[in-house]
Amino acid sequence: MLKMENVTKTYKHRGSPVAALSGATVRISAGDFVSVVGPSGSGKSTLLLMLGGMLSPTSGKVFLEGQSLYDLNTDQRAHFRKKKVGFVFQTFNLIPYLTALENVEVPLYLAKEEPGFQRKRAVGLLERVGLRDRMYHMPSELSVGQQQRVALARMLANDPAVILADEPTGNLDPETSRQVIGFFEEINREGKTVVMVTHDPRAAERAKNTLRLTNGTILSGINPDEENLHVA
Amino acid sequence: MRMRTLVWREIFERKSQLVTSFLAILLGITVIVSIKNITFYSEKAVAREMDSLGANVLVLPKAASLQDYYTADIQSGTMPREYVDQLAMSNLEGLDNVSPKLSMPVKIQGRAFTLTGILPKKEFQAKAAWQGAGIFSRPIGCGAMPTLPFASGDDKTLVRQRVIEDLDKDEALVGADVASSLGLKDKDSVRLLGQAFRVTAVLPQTGTIDDSRIFAHLDRVQELSGKGDVINVIEIVGCCHEISQGLVDKINRLLPDAKVVPFTQIVEAQQKMNRLMANLSAIFLVIIIFVGGAGIANYMYANVFERRREIGTLMALGAHSRLILRIFLLKALLLGLAGGVGGYLLGTVLAMTLGPQLAGVPVLPMPVLALAAILISVVLALLASYFPARRAAKLDPCATFQEI
Repeated sequence: MLKMENVTKTYKHRGSPVAALSGATVRISAGDFVSVVGPSGSGKSTLLLMLGGMLSPTSGKVFLEGQSLYDLNTDQRAHFRKKKVGFVFQTFNLIPYLTALENVEVPLYLAKEEPGFQRKRAVGLLERVGLRDRMYHMPSELSVGQQQRVALARMLANDPAVILADEPTGNLDPETSRQVIGFFEEINREGKTVVMVTHDPRAAERAKNTLRLTNGTILSGINPDEENLHVA
Repeated sequence: MRMRTLVWREIFERKSQLVTSFLAILLGITVIVSIKNITFYSEKAVAREMDSLGANVLVLPKAASLQDYYTADIQSGTMPREYVDQLAMSNLEGLDNVSPKLSMPVKIQGRAFTLTGILPKKEFQAKAAWQGAGIFSRPIGCGAMPTLPFASGDDKTLVRQRVIEDLDKDEALVGADVASSLGLKDKDSVRLLGQAFRVTAVLPQTGTIDDSRIFAHLDRVQELSGKGDVINVIEIVGCCHEISQGLVDKINRLLPDAKVVPFTQIVEAQQKMNRLMANLSAIFLVIIIFVGGAGIANYMYANVFERRREIGTLMALGAHSRLILRIFLLKALLLGLAGGVGGYLLGTVLAMTLGPQLAGVPVLPMPVLALAAILISVVLALLASYFPARRAAKLDPCATFQEI
């Protein structure tokens, strides 16, 4: 499903090269739920961005469903992402001038779905996350927990096979965090592959597998399952 | 969700920025429209003033010289009056006024004056209309608007434009010197070569030979001269644009047995003034386009910078770079349209209000400027927004993540 082969990412900082990720090799099977943990600056988000086709590696290859992502051009990767990947962000990244309903419609619009279908699907998803009565609210009129639920509904709009979540509980209270992780478990049970970057050990524990990074290097998993998660 | 929803909502999300950018376009277009509007009517006023400098092309008998023209010397020769008909019936463009004349010396109370026969314009027009062709079947006036409310409608147009609308065969106009020497005034009677004429107007002092002329109908002067159907000059007020495009040569080819003399200084003055007006207008246009364009580009760059997280989110959700480009260009198009329409309306009101005060000319709305205003506004907004929009389209979607 998701595969990284000897991937390295190097940034230039004031003329000196800084390795964000060094020789990472990972294979994540379809239907897995993986948490990625490690201290700040360890390369967790870099890894997530690369899996999502948003950040090209300095060397190495990244595969999604057998397709080498960085052999595609930017627009082809965007197209691939639209069909296969759902993103969730720590700060939700809702579009501030659109209602909750319209925010959920955005991925459907990008996938060129008809407005009628967009509306029907978005309403269904907002009902699923318990926001039927908040559909016409602007993000600024919602609590942070409600905003993250809108982001979760948006994430599912195009029924992606892979969910990439960057600190999805980072801004939430413990109770809401538990609900969000529960939601990830639920969609994982439905067969979706979930990769979640987190600082929260309790959230990480609820994943099937954990990937630990330090200084851009992947260490052994906390709970390695060699059948699903391969770390080199 | 449609693209227009995405663009329309964003425009109203940042109201202060919207007002600033809209004002930049609106004011730029307003200034362009008002300047073009006032300039257009000022140019017409200047063109009219230039016409008052008098004839700028003379058609003389082959043997005559300019000296003969200035002294109204009938001995210098004559040419057939038919030449006037040839000019009137020709397809030459740029003949504003055509005035044939025949001069002869006369003595009144022992003093020598010049009797000059002229043909009123009305008779030309009747003849040209009857024949269905010729210069008077086309618009006259080098594009000027002689019927504007402030245009002088006095009987003294002979002095200014070398033509008179109407003149009966027993009527005469007398020059200022003639009138003072003979003590003549309007509606007096004067006898010339045994024929009585009624003075319809005393012409104002010009400082030229015209001051010692008596003008009467050409037909009557021809009878009195006994020379037949001849004239000794055709004074032409030609449009300076057409003169610069070879009108003199064309008249020469039409009348090969006559001498065609352009008044170079007058033509040059007219052309210089037209160039000056056109250049002034162009300079303003260029300045405003640069200033307005820079304002819009600046706003768009700031807008892209502010929206980079939102753009990154759209890209993470699968938006192509072309879509991001289109979102920004559609916004520019909407701003351009609104600025163009608003700028035209405001600019027209401004021109109509300030034109009479600043330029001393009445200004009327010019619908053609609406099209130009919208076109300039939209093209300017699109051009100025293109590079910021391209920058947005090439934005790194990683900007959506906090930790990189």
